[in-house]
Amino acid sequence: MSNEATLHSQQEVMHGAHDHHDHEHHHEDSFISKYVFSMDHKMIAKQFLITGIVWAIIGAFFSVLFRLQLGFPDATFPWLESILGHWAKGGRITAEAYYALVTMHGTILVFFVLTAGLSGTFSNLLIPLQVGARDMASPFMNCLSYWFFFLASLVMMASLFVQTGPASGGWTMYPPLSALGDASIGSKIGVDLWLTSMALFVVSQLLGGLNYISTILNMRTKGMAMTKMPLTIWSFFFTAILGVLSFPVLLSGFILLLMDRHAGTSFYLSDIFIAGKALANEGGSAILYQHLFWFLGHPEVYIIILPAMGMVSEVLAVSSRKPIFGYLAMIGSLFAICILAFLVWAHHMFVTGLNPFLGAFFVLLTLLIAVPSAIKVFNWITTIWKGNINFTPASLFSIGFVSTFISGGLTGIWLGNSSIDIHLHDTMFVIAHFHIVMGVSAFFGMFAGIYHWFPKLYGRFMNSTIGYIHFWVTMVGAYLIFWPMHYEGMAGMPRRYYDVSNWASFKQFGGLNEFITIVVILVFAVQLLFVFNFFYSIFKGRKMTTLNPWHATSLEWTTPIHAGHGNWPGEIPEVYRWAYDYSKDGRDFIPQTEPIGPNEEVH
Amino acid sequence: MDTMTLEQRKKIHPHKYSLWIAMGSITMMFIGFTSAYIVKRSQANWLAFELPHIFWISTAVILTSSLTIHLALKQFKERNMQRYKQLITLTAILGVVFAVCQWIGFSQLKAMGLPLNGPVSASFIYVIVGVHMLHVLGGVIALLIMFGRAYRTRIRTYSAVPIEVAATYWHFVDILWIYLLIFLSIAR
Repeated sequence: MSNEATLHSQQEVMHGAHDHHDHEHHHEDSFISKYVFSMDHKMIAKQFLITGIVWAIIGAFFSVLFRLQLGFPDATFPWLESILGHWAKGGRITAEAYYALVTMHGTILVFFVLTAGLSGTFSNLLIPLQVGARDMASPFMNCLSYWFFFLASLVMMASLFVQTGPASGGWTMYPPLSALGDASIGSKIGVDLWLTSMALFVVSQLLGGLNYISTILNMRTKGMAMTKMPLTIWSFFFTAILGVLSFPVLLSGFILLLMDRHAGTSFYLSDIFIAGKALANEGGSAILYQHLFWFLGHPEVYIIILPAMGMVSEVLAVSSRKPIFGYLAMIGSLFAICILAFLVWAHHMFVTGLNPFLGAFFVLLTLLIAVPSAIKVFNWITTIWKGNINFTPASLFSIGFVSTFISGGLTGIWLGNSSIDIHLHDTMFVIAHFHIVMGVSAFFGMFAGIYHWFPKLYGRFMNSTIGYIHFWVTMVGAYLIFWPMHYEGMAGMPRRYYDVSNWASFKQFGGLNEFITIVVILVFAVQLLFVFNFFYSIFKGRKMTTLNPWHATSLEWTTPIHAGHGNWPGEIPEVYRWAYDYSKDGRDFIPQTEPIGPNEEVH
Repeated sequence: MDTMTLEQRKKIHPHKYSLWIAMGSITMMFIGFTSAYIVKRSQANWLAFELPHIFWISTAVILTSSLTIHLALKQFKERNMQRYKQLITLTAILGVVFAVCQWIGFSQLKAMGLPLNGPVSASFIYVIVGVHMLHVLGGVIALLIMFGRAYRTRIRTYSAVPIEVAATYWHFVDILWIYLLIFLSIAR
């Protein structure tokens, strides 16, 4: 009903434009409807962002904890016992707690921060603003999307506090470990809560994704052809398509896993002995779960990275005062990545006994992803080439993104080869690869987005000095943390192990691991500085005085500084040109709303 | 309002659009299940059996309900509200009857010695049919909301969009069931 009301008021507002009604007066907002169950896409974006930040602090703190174990396996930290209780008896994290921390770190960062916090925030904020819509296609579903995410968050948070601890079978939740409560202490109620939380999360993503797609396809303002949209919108569009098509498959996998756990079915279980006793389950296949999981799991990494790519494209063009290089090639490569994302999942499963003949196809398709990725990298570099770059924190993070995307992407070529993967699978090399290419890069894209659109969110700027400190420490720190892990991985050091100092061949990395842990602590501290900057700037940041502080062409900067629900007080502006007319015809930038001149060429 | 709708520049109503994408999404979920089924079937220890016969009756029921909701939509557009209310009630009842039939199907399976925790081939039937049944019941809930709206006296709705969305969804779960039935009968 309420979404009807909003759609309705959209039409009323268009009437209202003639007699200069203030849009605000259609909604007498109470605190609850404005800040809590808000249907305004801008408020929902803030809700996603702040929830994401809270999760990011928790998830990153977990990584500090387990890095302490990896870096200093013999040391004891009595303060750990005071926060973790019996999970860190005597000041040393127990093996069970270690596995739980690793699992939760992965789950939180991949799903709650880099999926919901990243695309949830910026798709919500930017899609209506940049395509010129009053709100999403269905503001009510959008509101539901956030609250399903919130519920998922609550359940996941609750799982941290149950007596047997949260799920601890790795973020991929492979059976049989995750399917049998007796298999380990972390496979008990923790896994049920994990699956419940993730099911709610999938619902949230689907509601959000449906909205993003139908808003982009249906609610664009007059003149906003698909090929005039900023690249951010294209990337959110493909992200949403990936999510809508792959999350349901994950849900099927989870439903079967839940049945195995509680209904005694044997989808994934066969011939298992626990504590010397044979289980009745027969005929299942654990590999089946891996297929279902990675059919989502691989698109998921693009769900994480595509929004970052889109925002980086936008920020790089704005800050180097140049049109984006190869606009159509950028869209084409996003499309190619989107298609290939569904055809490469088995490269996570080269060592599961996959038919080598089949594996060869997956190798080929995986390596094909290098082509669109390289096109994008080339276009980013040529965009800033000879540009008049403003080194704002946002543009630094964008440039940092390109750097980490290259260095992390190159190691993907190693891992994508099934024969090399046999050696590198489940080693620290994999950790290094995906943290740089997906974790750090996506975070850089997110930071770029936050610094760049913070004025749009809160009408104030973030502090740039802290921003520069944040960037340089994070950039250098990220390489110092993850680069050495490549060497550890090539030497065969396995991931997920609680303590590798028992092996003579990995003992040599003791000093290196200590070093990594110290850098992790430093980088974590700087992220807290960022969080401080974020919250401080919401209330005390330098105020925005002009509508368009970055001199950008796109539509979001034509709205008032504190835009109400409905975004534009009058009519929605009409669009005449693409979003990248920078340094054209002797002008620094030409907004999208300016008609094409008589002697002007359309791009 | 007509001119305004033009200015909105929407070719299809966004809710209908969202529905089409949602149907794609639900389809992906069942593709997930059925491809898992195919993968599993090619492995050892696959037990083949006849589907319970009541599934054919439930097919007839859901096909009829598709017809009734189609007629309901027609009656709504002609503003025969009395007939419309009767027809959506009938559709909702048929939806519940369908779910009951599926449930009876489950007990027949059990009686055949194929419980949920029995052979994997049977477990798949329970899960696939069960999840589909939930989607039909979701449609029933949507119809109940429509029903409530039709009885409101204070606010009257003239927009056919909600009932069109519901009808499209209803046909979708119908077609989905026919696909599943054919799939489960052939790929045994």
